[in-house]
Amino acid sequence: MTTELQSGTWVNSKPPAPAQKPPRSEVGVLGWLRANLFSSVANSILSLLTLLFVYYVVSGLAGWLLTAYWEPVWANRKIFAVGPYPIDQVWQPAVVLLVVSLLFGVSAGRWGSIMRNLAIGLGALLGVLALVPLGMQAQLLMAGALALIVVGYLAGLKMPLRSSWLVWAWVLSLPFTFIMLKGGVEMPAIGLVWSFAPFVDSALFGGLMVTMLLAVVGIAMSFPLGVLLALGRRSSLPVIKGFCVGYIELIRGVPLITLLFMGATMLPLFLPDNWGNPSALIRVMVAITLFSAAYLAENVRGGLQAIPKGQYEAADAVGLSGFDKLRFIILPQALTKVIPAIVGQFIGLFKDTSLASLVGLLELVGIGKAVIQQPEWLGTPGGVAREVYLFIAVVFFIFSFGMSTASRQLEKQLNVDKR
Amino acid sequence: MAGHALQEDIIVCRDVNKWYGDFHALKNVSLAVKRQEVVVIIGPSGSGKSTFIRTINRLEEHQSGDITVDGIPLTRDVRNIEAIRMETGMVFQQFNLFPHLTVLENITLAPIHVRKRKKQEAQAHAMELLERVQIPEQAQKYPGQLSGGQQQRVAIARALAMKPQIMLFDEPTSALDPEMIREVLEVMEGLALEGMTMVVVTHEMGFARGVADRIVFMDSGEIVEIGTPDTFYSNPQHDRTKLFLQQILQ
Repeated sequence: MTTELQSGTWVNSKPPAPAQKPPRSEVGVLGWLRANLFSSVANSILSLLTLLFVYYVVSGLAGWLLTAYWEPVWANRKIFAVGPYPIDQVWQPAVVLLVVSLLFGVSAGRWGSIMRNLAIGLGALLGVLALVPLGMQAQLLMAGALALIVVGYLAGLKMPLRSSWLVWAWVLSLPFTFIMLKGGVEMPAIGLVWSFAPFVDSALFGGLMVTMLLAVVGIAMSFPLGVLLALGRRSSLPVIKGFCVGYIELIRGVPLITLLFMGATMLPLFLPDNWGNPSALIRVMVAITLFSAAYLAENVRGGLQAIPKGQYEAADAVGLSGFDKLRFIILPQALTKVIPAIVGQFIGLFKDTSLASLVGLLELVGIGKAVIQQPEWLGTPGGVAREVYLFIAVVFFIFSFGMSTASRQLEKQLNVDKR
Repeated sequence: MAGHALQEDIIVCRDVNKWYGDFHALKNVSLAVKRQEVVVIIGPSGSGKSTFIRTINRLEEHQSGDITVDGIPLTRDVRNIEAIRMETGMVFQQFNLFPHLTVLENITLAPIHVRKRKKQEAQAHAMELLERVQIPEQAQKYPGQLSGGQQQRVAIARALAMKPQIMLFDEPTSALDPEMIREVLEVMEGLALEGMTMVVVTHEMGFARGVADRIVFMDSGEIVEIGTPDTFYSNPQHDRTKLFLQQILQ
């Protein structure tokens, strides 16, 4: 059916045109194959070569996976979890896990939405681990943590809890974690020494526990610092602006690994003499925080620049003070705009914690390297590096994927229902 | 609305000068506005009318001359600036509502945090204001879900929520589709009838003629002529005024 080309005025006098089926060759599996993979000779050759390549990769990988030797990972599951932490004191990190699970549960009940999804993700992970025959105590711990998420969730739903208390609980959970893992407080410089269990040297912290510790501390500390630096960079006071620009550019011009090495050698120079040399764990935390803050500041600055001048003027015109203007008008909008960038930055930070293995920290990769060297596996043909590193990669992937899923949700939630 | 002769001056601007770099944007602008007076400022684009109205609440800083608002001298002192801003509400051409807050939150934010009102009290007052601008049903929506005319009425309600003595309007209808201009002008007329002191930069000649007590004509950074609506349109004095009126009224 053709339509006459019209010039001048014209009225369509025919009845409404019925819908027709699309051309035959585009439909169905065969149609799709012909249109996309085998539309010409060259195209067909490329398709066949690609298929061959995919076949070799997949069959090679599958063949190895079927014969892979997982004993080194399995036998060292405690080491991968907490490193060389004293076995009779493992209840201390266990308490931390339980408390954090409870906090996740309560937050999920109280705040819902993204916290609920995070709690569900964590709960699912704990549930799976509880079913794996890790050992009686470990399985009970996982099941207990899962139960606390559920209990916390119900409590958060029912109890009229103030949001600010919950925020404080999260803030306090960080020092609580340190005291718990350490077995007390050991700060002789300010005359504070108290313990409820034998002190555990932080050199004995390891595994996923340290990876998590580095990531959480890095994120929690670098976020406020990065926001301050971003605001400082836009300050009208030349001293503040100069300092922030200098700091950001200096840090961004240096690889993280050099900062880690410098932290090991130079941090003591900036501290009072009687503080002694902080532990490797603290030095790495400081280095990661300082590094991440500089990048975060640039991300936040991008958000700040996207706020129209009119928003500042409107906030001024209704008489808001500078601090209230930032708190209620500018930062909420600026940060929402850069959530994907910020979360991307945090995922990067999470993975960068693996560099800490190069300065001797026994986080996941450090543990992996140690496991590979264990004498038990020396006779294994081909070594055990492949299995160990694949396992570590999967662990990193699970948490990174969780973070990026959460970020997409957060973004949707903050933007969609407003426009 | 004429005849405020006995009223005191609430805004006094004396010899106000402003430069953007080398560009002389305001040249010795002097104007006094009486309590309850409605002053409309007109003029070609780039004549400094927006700049002038924005110096009154210090969105723009002037470099010389004196401005006094409700007895408070406008100086660099932040306390004075904040005091003046609490007394002056401002409505912008681009509305400038806070897009991440609901209509109700937009209106109650400043009363709660600047005037330190209780939340319930501020919300009740906000609902009254929304009734007055005839969109109480939009209270829980976000600005992006409203039409331009509705947004501008919310912006007026937001400014009124601070219970200001003076309202400044910076081309409040210029960004609106033609069919929405009326609803905003009606709200402004209502305000004028209630005795609000208003300084309005606008191109709406109907509003100027019907509501203004005085019309100020500005051109290239200075006040050229000030008149009452009847004499200003029927008998403009200055050649530049005549030319401008010819261009817009033909």
